[in-house]
Amino acid sequence: MDSVHDLGGVEGFGPIPIEADEPVFHAAWEGRVLGCRFLMGFWRLWNIDANRHSLEQLPPAEYLAMSYYEKWAAGVVNLSAEKGLITPEELQAGHPGTDAEPRTPPVDAAGVRAFLPQGRPAAREIDAAPGFAVGDKVRAARNMHAGHTRLPRYLRGRVGTIISHHGAHVFPDISYKMEGEVAQHLYTVNFSGREVWGDDAEPGHSISAELWESYLAPAR
Amino acid sequence: MTKKPHHEHTHAHSLLPPDPALRAKAIETLLVEKGLVDPAAIDALVDVFSNEIGPQNGAQVVARSWCDPDYRARLLADATSAIAELGFSGMQGEHMVAVENAADTHNVVVCTLCSCYPWPVLGLPPVWYKSPEYRARVVREPRAVLDEFGVRLPEDVELRVWDSTAEIRYLVIPQRPAGSEAMSEAELAALVTRDSMIGTGFALSPEAG
Repeated sequence: MDSVHDLGGVEGFGPIPIEADEPVFHAAWEGRVLGCRFLMGFWRLWNIDANRHSLEQLPPAEYLAMSYYEKWAAGVVNLSAEKGLITPEELQAGHPGTDAEPRTPPVDAAGVRAFLPQGRPAAREIDAAPGFAVGDKVRAARNMHAGHTRLPRYLRGRVGTIISHHGAHVFPDISYKMEGEVAQHLYTVNFSGREVWGDDAEPGHSISAELWESYLAPAR
Repeated sequence: MTKKPHHEHTHAHSLLPPDPALRAKAIETLLVEKGLVDPAAIDALVDVFSNEIGPQNGAQVVARSWCDPDYRARLLADATSAIAELGFSGMQGEHMVAVENAADTHNVVVCTLCSCYPWPVLGLPPVWYKSPEYRARVVREPRAVLDEFGVRLPEDVELRVWDSTAEIRYLVIPQRPAGSEAMSEAELAALVTRDSMIGTGFALSPEAG
């Protein structure tokens, strides 16, 4: 989806907002929002790709105006409402509706502490052989779809070289729909700055990104 | 083929109070009262990310790689396993790759599409890493961006930008600073800054550390 989250190469932004001795959280509420968003994922009604997509669907002006944890707050509320875990009426009232069935949280403090060192690996075994090998030249797709994708706009149509193969990983362009999972071979593709930005590119830099097999076509 | 409308969502978040702290309170209150979230689990996450998971973890990995050539080789060959040797693993670090800086090569990491960051070794990302400014600019004008961090590289140093578009997460191994030859691994770890492991800084020199 071509929205404002796809920021690579967008011009007009000012200096990087560097902050010396930055705290982990700038206010207590940020940690509470992190916790809510993280823990709501344990209902397994959305995955990391759907989570990312929920932020991509924020209106562009709001996306740019919101701080990181404000986006997280909006994302968890929107996903929870979309999946029926909360209702608009409850959001406006600030409390559960009278007909709400009491539930038990899917994870407690010990459970989430035990989960963190495990994580959720994205690598999968698939039967299909990889279509590309390290050293191959590939062109990234020009056309994209309206849903969630991880092919950045600034790399579309550009030619790069495969520098590593990671086996197969869950394919986000399908995974975010929560209608079943497929995996595709995943590669790191290296693009020269000049290939991506043209003659005005800064000298001597390259950009590498992880791209799934169906994003790529052979190139010369 | 039916095409989904782009905005089928009601944007439920617009129903909440505009003030971020009040909004967060409203969300937590509702989720807890509905039995959807355990507030003690929120406390646990805040504690873990405030006190246990942070760049001090990655600094141990880098210091070990400076002292132990065999460890460095394992880190470059399979970073996930090598990092797990030191007890760091899991969420947002399931598939780690380590890239090393050298006299002729400098690496810098970004996530242009969101805010992907290697939590087990670096903790939660700083605001600048998640900012539109950094995400937009570092792929297009990396030298200008690094200059703002005080990282000035000679023209002949090759600059490699890594855009974290999948679940691969990067750890930059900064160059070991001159004058640190006699230091212990623990002393060396104190020289390894968060920014040096993203590529927007150098390791501290022993005099500064």
